This record gives sequence, structure tokens and C-alpha cells, in this order.
Amino acid sequence: MNNRELIPHLFRTEYRKIVSVLCKHFGADKIEIAEDIASDTFLTAAESWGQSQIPPNPIAWLYSVAKNKAKSYMQRDTLFENKISKEILKSSDTKSELDLSPENITDSQLQMMFAICHPSISTEAQIGLSLRILCGFGIDEIADAFLSNKETINKRLFRAKEKLREEKVKIEVPVASDINERLETVLTTIYLLFNEGYYSESQNSILRKDMCLEAMRLCYMLIENNDTNQPSVNALLSLMCFHASRFEARINEKGEPVLYQEQDVTLWDTELIRKGEYFLTNAAKGPTLSKYHVEAAIAYWHTHKADTKEKWENILQLYNALLQIEYSPIAALNRTYALSKANSKKEAIIEAENLQLTDNHYYYSLLGELYTGIDYSKAKDNYQKALALTKKSTEKQLIEGKMERLRDISNSSID
Amino acid sequence: MTEFLLLFRREAAANSIQPSPEQMQAMTKQWQDWIGGIAAQNKLVSTGKRMDFEGKVVRPNKTITNGPYVEVKEVLNGMLFIKAVDMDEALEIAKGCPILQVGGNVEVRPLIG
Repeated sequence: MNNRELIPHLFRTEYRKIVSVLCKHFGADKIEIAEDIASDTFLTAAESWGQSQIPPNPIAWLYSVAKNKAKSYMQRDTLFENKISKEILKSSDTKSELDLSPENITDSQLQMMFAICHPSISTEAQIGLSLRILCGFGIDEIADAFLSNKETINKRLFRAKEKLREEKVKIEVPVASDINERLETVLTTIYLLFNEGYYSESQNSILRKDMCLEAMRLCYMLIENNDTNQPSVNALLSLMCFHASRFEARINEKGEPVLYQEQDVTLWDTELIRKGEYFLTNAAKGPTLSKYHVEAAIAYWHTHKADTKEKWENILQLYNALLQIEYSPIAALNRTYALSKANSKKEAIIEAENLQLTDNHYYYSLLGELYTGIDYSKAKDNYQKALALTKKSTEKQLIEGKMERLRDISNSSID
Repeated sequence: MTEFLLLFRREAAANSIQPSPEQMQAMTKQWQDWIGGIAAQNKLVSTGKRMDFEGKVVRPNKTITNGPYVEVKEVLNGMLFIKAVDMDEALEIAKGCPILQVGGNVEVRPLIG
């Protein structure tokens, strides 16, 4: 690694660790102070390393600077509080040196994850805070990922931190009796974080991939801890491994999306597929069947490219099960597509018309696809409705591609 | 949207039919496809808990008989809670029920409150 990349790299891997340890040390109400100290540590590094040279062990250097900054903050804080309130024995004042041992770093990050994914904080804010505090993303990067601007993101993060203070959220792993309920919120946030990267409209494909990998890393941290190594956690990681295996195949050199049917299978990451299978096997322990189990099983079948009857029958039954656990429009549409593959297009058209998701462009895309080869004008009408409903240029390209194929099919049948 | 309870009944005599494993698999698929289709319209409320096939009946003279199907023609086979705009829509959904293909029937009851 050359020196130009060193600080961004360290920022990505170490900022989150330093912030988490500081937060745990000071308490969640001082989250901004923790961020300031961590940022200041990196600023000091940038100046100092620029002026002289890079130390032999940059990480140890960062930790020792962070410790010193934390210590001087605590001294100032004690002084200040003594003058104002005369309360000498504040809990944070008496704490010893900042503990940057590997164990405490891991524990702090896990506890931070539960604090940030607290049910009282809005989902959007949870994702933003996760990206900032748990993944060490810059405000610019978060703004880019959300197709938003720095001011909006800063406001959102500020409000989320206020909420952490108001709700007096503790930085700790919940007790065993609460863990499953709290874990559910954490898993939702991790999955949304992954999807944000996977389906983002951002042109920055490296950033998008990083978001997915970060979501997987957070999930893996839960697996490494005995209390949180639950079947649903393994199922979610399995699901993300299967999806991520297609990362290189689903976007072409121009950054345009490539449909599943047209993907080059040699670009699928077999190592990730193997990992997905491993975690899916681990997820099969215990009596619970979460939606992540079902979604992981669906994703597993999608790692088989060949269109077999067996594949689509399995996918159909899994979608039937998924919809009984939790309804979502996209699951309903995918289920109907699977129905067309497993049973028949005719049956799927009847069921698709029943869905009436008339504000959803995927709904009309699906109808267009189902009518292709059956009724040319209905197929065309539906594709046009889909086009009218989407603003995303990448989606428009995909629909236009499908319309082109529709014309080819109808022309060839006339010949 | 109103919630409806669908009750499936079929002839008690049908119990004597022994379908092959393949036929049973096909029956399971028909039910799952039907319920999946209702869920895909976001009209499934709950599949409820599965009823055991065996049961006992308490009669007016407080005698207890084994199973509900000793003297009755029809046996209660299962239930489903759905939601629909009105009775007509609920009936339309009920028309897809696989029990109709084996000579059974579906009773549709609106739920109140």
C-alpha cells in the first residue's frame, strides 16, 4: 500500500474502533465528543506524518494519540465540572486509561451496534449512524450513497445522536432475555445497509461494494460472539454472501445493470457461494424459521443458473412461505414470476392481475414479461406503463431492452 | 377491508381415500400455491394453527365420542383468516380453494369487531 492510501485505509478500519471504545468509555451521551477525539487523532496523524515520517506501527501510534487526547479531555472535563457543579465524583472522571485492547475493541463495537440499532431511533438514522460510527464512512460518502447532500446527512446524524441522549441508550449488549428482540432490529439495519449498497443508484460502484462488505462484516461480528451467534444471524449472512457473489456479474464495465438471465456465470464468486452454503447450514440449527432463512434459501436456488423445473418449484414454494411470514410488494411480484416458471404463464397472468400494484413499475414490467409471446400489444402497453412510472435511468434502460426483445420476438413470429 | 374466516369442510368418507405420496405432494402444492396467492395480494391475515385430524366430541348427554366424523357427513378440515373489501371478493378468493376439487366446500364468515 502506498502512503497516499494509508490514511484513508486506516480511517476506514480504525476510526470506528476508536469511536466505539471512546463511546463506551464516556457513555452514549458523549458520542460527539468521541467522534471529535477520533477525528482529531486522524488530523494529528495527517499533520505529523506529513511533516516527519510514517511511524513503524501506525495503528499503535493512532491508539496512543487517542489515549492521550482522551486523557486530556477527561482532565479538562473534570476541571470544568468541578468548577460548575462541585460534583467531584462523576463516573467518567474516575475512569482509568482508555482500554484499546483487541477484546475491548470487539466488545465496544458490538455494544455500539446495539446502541445505534435501538428501536427508538428511526431506521434511516440507524443506517446513517451505522455507516458513520460502525463503518467509518465519511459524510461525503454517506451523502453519495443516499444521493443526498452533506447538510441533510449531518442534520440526520445530529438528530439521531440527540435521540440517543434523550432515550439514555446504554452502550451494552442486551441481557439474554431481550437479546432476540433487540437482535431483530440490528439484523434489519444490517440488511438495509446491505441493500442500500446493493441497489443504490449511486454511480460509485466501489463505494456500493464497500457498503455491502461492511454490512457483512457487522453480521460476522455477531456470529463471532456466542450470545449473538443465532440461527437468524447465520441466515442473514448466508443471504448476503449469495447476493454478493454476483456483484461483479450484475454491473457491466459502463456501470449499467446486467439482468440475472444475461449474467456471465464465470464472474460469480464461487468462494462467496461456498461461504453462503456454510452459513445456511449453520442457520439450520434450532426451531426458528426467520424470513432470512427463507430469503437465503431463495438466494441459494439463484446460484443455480440453469432453468430447471425443480429450481422454480422450490423458489415458488419458498416465496409462498416468505409471503406468509411477511408481505412485501417485491416478494409478491417475484412469487408471481416464479409461478409463471413453475406452473404456467397463463396462471401467473391471472394472479398478477390480482396484485393491482398499479403504482409500482416492477408490476407493469412483470406483466410485460408475462404477456411477451402471448399477447404483443398487452406486453407493449404494460412495458410503456412501466417506463412512465420510473425515473431511474438504469431502470429505463432495462425496460427499453426488454421492449426491444419483445419486438424481435414478434417480428420473428411474423416471418 | 373486512376480515373473513374461511372454513374448509369435506365428506368424512374422503378419509378412507389413500392418496399416493406423489398425489399428496401435489395436494400440498395446490394448497401452498393458493395460500401464497392470497398472501401475494396482501390479503392473508393468518393461517391459524393447524388442527389435528383426531379429536373428540362432547354430546348433550355428556358422552364423549371419538372424532367428529363418526355420525356426521362432513368433517371440518381447516381454516384460514383473510381480509377482503367485501363478501363478493372473499367469495372470489374462496373459489380457488383446493378443497373444492375433492368435493369439499368453503364456508365464508365475516368477522365482526
